[in-house]
Amino acid sequence: MAGKPERAGINRRGFLKSSLNTLSGLLIGGIGGLLFSRSSKKEMVWQIDPEICIQCERCAANCVLAHSAVKCVHSFSMCGYCDLCSGYLEPGARSRDTGAENQLCPTGALKRTFVENPYFEYTIDEKLCIGCGKCVKGCAAFGNGSLYLQVRHDRCLNCNECSIARSCPSQAWKRVPADRPYILRGDESASFERRMKRGDRG
Amino acid sequence: MLIFFSLLLAAVLGYAQIQERFPKPDFQTDYTRPDLSTPLPRAQVWEYVDIAVLIAALVLASYFAHRLRSRRKIFWLMVFSLVYFGFIRQGCVCAVGAVQNVAYALFNTGYAIPLSVIAFFVLPLVFTLFYGRTFCAAVCPLGAAQDAVILKPVRLSSTTAGLLGMLPVIYLGLAVLFAATGTGFIICRYDPFIGFFRFGAGFAMVLFGAAVLLLGTVVARPYCRFLCPLGVLLDWMSLLSKKHVKITPDTCSNCRLCEESCPFGAIHKPNPSAQSPDKQTELRRLAVLLVLLPVIMFGAGWAGSRLYVPLARQHPTVALSEEILLENGGKRAVMTDATRAFRASGKTADELFEEAGRIQQRFRTGGWLLGGFIGIVFVFKLIGLTILRRRPEYEIDAGACFSCGRCFSFCPYEQLRLGTITQEELEEMERQGKNGSGAGGTSPMENNQNG
Repeated sequence: MAGKPERAGINRRGFLKSSLNTLSGLLIGGIGGLLFSRSSKKEMVWQIDPEICIQCERCAANCVLAHSAVKCVHSFSMCGYCDLCSGYLEPGARSRDTGAENQLCPTGALKRTFVENPYFEYTIDEKLCIGCGKCVKGCAAFGNGSLYLQVRHDRCLNCNECSIARSCPSQAWKRVPADRPYILRGDESASFERRMKRGDRG
Repeated sequence: MLIFFSLLLAAVLGYAQIQERFPKPDFQTDYTRPDLSTPLPRAQVWEYVDIAVLIAALVLASYFAHRLRSRRKIFWLMVFSLVYFGFIRQGCVCAVGAVQNVAYALFNTGYAIPLSVIAFFVLPLVFTLFYGRTFCAAVCPLGAAQDAVILKPVRLSSTTAGLLGMLPVIYLGLAVLFAATGTGFIICRYDPFIGFFRFGAGFAMVLFGAAVLLLGTVVARPYCRFLCPLGVLLDWMSLLSKKHVKITPDTCSNCRLCEESCPFGAIHKPNPSAQSPDKQTELRRLAVLLVLLPVIMFGAGWAGSRLYVPLARQHPTVALSEEILLENGGKRAVMTDATRAFRASGKTADELFEEAGRIQQRFRTGGWLLGGFIGIVFVFKLIGLTILRRRPEYEIDAGACFSCGRCFSFCPYEQLRLGTITQEELEEMERQGKNGSGAGGTSPMENNQNG
């Protein structure tokens, strides 16, 4: 190769380069085409499967964001609206009142409001919720399991590799299509489907 | 008391399955249950916008580099890319990470790869096959971040640069291995700049990012040259590219004025034939290296396959199976969250061990391929370092050149083309350059490194 005289037209190096160029192009195009045929044609986003989640409390700490994109959500259709809510009040608390020291929620994000006797409504203030899952654990253990953790897609950055998913001990994190980004419990699942069909955007 | 015992029981049995312990309320008042808010992620159309912006940026970058030959335009396009692909899109999905998604998709048919990821993989590579590494110069946000902090770049010897260039090869091999086996995406995990783009990262990542940027003030584009796994592929595509930028718009008269113009050391000096060894020595060296090639390839491949135990352990299923094994063998007293969750899941230990064994087999094969790949590339790098090409004039190292356009304005023919000097001034500059009065010179147009 070195020292050979240049001929007019294509020389050996040029030919080699040109054919490798074409081969590489075909290879890359081929891979692209193959993957396109298998493509979801939709963005995929992260979501927690609440049936697999074990409420280990890692969701709060492992998100790359300062305030985790995981929050607790409430399935009102499943909730028992109990006075003695096991997701709200700590079991074995000294007194049965709504003092902050008796609440499971470390930030006071779970709010309790009286509806009618003997029912109380429990709502989550997302600005305060850190996604730790303490209320979820209590609700699952002694209640109806209406509180559960979900990734909130107005906050989630949809990282290619989710740091929380990586640290989840029960492998509860799944990739779901972006137009069905929640794995919901109770009647909320069906009403979400209806809203999606109508074209609502949340 | 009852609550305490229930708690104890629940802790012992594992996690409670959800059940409707309390009946649905029968509301007497006109209370209606609130709706659950379900904010959606960004609309699908933005995915297509990203692809369109990528194509536009690649076309412009190639146009600015080849046709317009304007460093200034490349610089501003780079700033745009830093803002859009970096801070607005927060650095994800990026072309560097897309390699992993492609590797994962090729070996796991269950994964439906999004369109934008395919585009971010294919387009930079294809454009590089046509026009050289214009992607690196003006489109990649990671490159832009490093380019922006270059202050006083040092020159590295070709041996140092060549050997450091093995790091991205190893990184690429490991990244593809871990992605294909479904272990994880290490390029994303150890991306030094993404913490800055999304204003959020763990302390270690911020430290790493700051260190890389600090290093980038004296070693130009350290991640691009010595870590970027996509850079390995772009290097090869660029060596094969149909068109590549040249320093001079015309001919090279060996005036030496561009010698010191490249902060990345991507300009080859001409070889006076007196300095190079004779053909016999070169052929002997080439023969030795070609004989060594299969030896090193198989040796490295064998070593890679021997590493399958620690490599496979990075996979969560294999790690879990090792923990279950420890617990079942009585070597560990306390369960972890993962083992507790596994035991409550209903899957048998034998199923888990079988799955882990299959993954370990994949790592054994993968280890052979990883080692073999690194071995081949290493030998070819050695060949490249020891075999001298006869170079009659100043040439760009097509693999390493990012097509940033910094060198253009150092060339007197470029200055003539732009009309900033006359023909007499050109001849004077050439004479001065050849006499060695000031190796290279300063480009009369540029006042700062970047502009």
